[in-house]
Amino acid sequence: MGINYIYPEFEVIRDTARCIACRVCERQCANEVHRFDAELGMMTADDSKCVDCHRCVSLCPTRALHIEKSRHTFRENANWTSDKITEIYRQAGTGGVLLSSMGNPQNIPVYWDKMLINASQVTNPPIDPLREPMETKTTLGAKPKKIERDNAGRIIDNRSPRLTLSTPIMFSAMSYGSISYNAHESLARAARELGIYYNTGEGGLHRDFYEYGPNTIVQVASGRFGVHKEYLETAAAIEIKMGQGAKPGIGGHLPGTKIVGDVSATRMIPEGSDAISPAPHHDIYSIEDLRQLVFSLKEATNYKKPIIVKIAAVHNIAAIASGIARSGADMIAIDGFRGGTGAAPTRIRDNVGIPIELALASVDTRLREEGIRGDVSLLAAGSIRCASDVVKAIALGADACYIGTGALIALGCHVCRTCHTGKCNWGIATQREDLVKRLNPDIGSQRLVNLIKAWDHEIKEIMGGMGINSIEALRGNRLMLRGIGLTEKELEILGIMHAGE
Amino acid sequence: MKKVYVNEKWCLGCHLCEYNCAFANSGLNDMAKLKGRTILPNIRVEENDKICFAVNCRHCDDPICVKSCIAGALSKSPEGVVEINKNKCVGCLTCVLVCPFGCVLPDENGIIGKCELCTKNSFGEPACVKGCPNNAIVFEER
Repeated sequence: MGINYIYPEFEVIRDTARCIACRVCERQCANEVHRFDAELGMMTADDSKCVDCHRCVSLCPTRALHIEKSRHTFRENANWTSDKITEIYRQAGTGGVLLSSMGNPQNIPVYWDKMLINASQVTNPPIDPLREPMETKTTLGAKPKKIERDNAGRIIDNRSPRLTLSTPIMFSAMSYGSISYNAHESLARAARELGIYYNTGEGGLHRDFYEYGPNTIVQVASGRFGVHKEYLETAAAIEIKMGQGAKPGIGGHLPGTKIVGDVSATRMIPEGSDAISPAPHHDIYSIEDLRQLVFSLKEATNYKKPIIVKIAAVHNIAAIASGIARSGADMIAIDGFRGGTGAAPTRIRDNVGIPIELALASVDTRLREEGIRGDVSLLAAGSIRCASDVVKAIALGADACYIGTGALIALGCHVCRTCHTGKCNWGIATQREDLVKRLNPDIGSQRLVNLIKAWDHEIKEIMGGMGINSIEALRGNRLMLRGIGLTEKELEILGIMHAGE
Repeated sequence: MKKVYVNEKWCLGCHLCEYNCAFANSGLNDMAKLKGRTILPNIRVEENDKICFAVNCRHCDDPICVKSCIAGALSKSPEGVVEINKNKCVGCLTCVLVCPFGCVLPDENGIIGKCELCTKNSFGEPACVKGCPNNAIVFEER
């Protein structure tokens, strides 16, 4: 290739007065941006390799570094933006599909930010969660239809298999392979300490993590990687992954170069072979087929494990969810289009699917209209960013939320969106040994525990403000939400009134 | 007694401990003032392609450096810290030769520098431990 059309996106700015040439930046950058120039006796940087992950910035002991967005510009054009032009250069150079990581970064409305939460005044007093009991404990699974009693009048336990969470937050599916061993260990240890659950994703469950089984949700996806009887039996619940918010309708492809050692053994595929998850499950072409898989898994685990069906939020989500609720599944996880991924085609990630807020509201409404809401629990996923997002999701009808990106950020992720390169400087989305060891699970699990505890405190504060002392009383309580700057149609779908109404 | 221990499983070989050590013992008020200086830290990262770990004074129960010191400059404190009295040191470097860990080294004045667990500088607690980004260096009782 003759000309390189792509100008570096970021500039590494070094305060030479503060740089002591300790070379920490050089040693810590897997992208090989920094270099000590012996002739000049100073550090230099190759901006073109920088992904803006801030590893060097965070570790620089004299705070001599920061990263700036390049001021280099194309002639301003609202239609042909610099992103669009650069992407064409990239594709014209490579002939390939553009790949991206993490969630959709496009400026498409975030409905969480257009909903406001209620608080009590005068007639129904708020509750102080520091002084009065406040319950965020959540039970997931099908609710019994009626109370049954035996001849002596004692209540018969007719509850179906369920999950019990200390707070309505779980760590969403991220496979061993897409994230590192230490990232998995951090999630597993935090889930156990918090009394919540983490999800293996479709990469199987590493032998070392079987001890966390009571806090593990295992996934059965289209590639069926790592699925065997013990895997299913070890888990607290089994999730059938039909789709993923970041790439609805698309399968997965973990390159053979990453299928080494433990990843290969855990996935139960030969070393060096590509791990290809097909777009469909080849045995599921109808709700009846899905029902067969749900009951195969229930049969295999002696009807002791709840089954979750995870789907991406797409146009006909309400009808799809209604079908799943009738398939025998105990929970439906809905993944909105801002959900993250280790790698997805950029065009799919940025253009396919719908926001979780709208999907969640329409599914909850539909299931209630059909009288089957109690048959399933709803899990909301796809960019839940903070405690108020959780509160809003629950008020819209979710039973609990899955957080993925948020959890990774707690582990040190800086959302540089280059997971697909496998060179994660924070030891999260990588299998390179020297990088994986950068994430010490002692630190990682503690940070996750801190995050969820902080969110739990905030959820309790917000609930207390509303005069609600149990998460059950918040669930589907859309009167607690008001829209701001939304159209009639948006309010209708969300099932909420406008602020001031 | 609490000592500095290194868990090589988590050592990243970033060498931050060396700079934190040098800064802590420099008496400077800003690490940026180390610019242009050759640092002589009391903790050093040993590394090859496969493994890396930081090493500093083990504060041995029966320190051979103290026994070998011809000037009486090295001593073991009541708490167990192997200390150096720089006013007494004559720079014979016998301790450098005898230390089995290579943890006593000459300082910029030709006399001995060694780890005293930051007990004699303004940090008060080992700077290498505090600055380690991955909890690879710990200060604990074992």
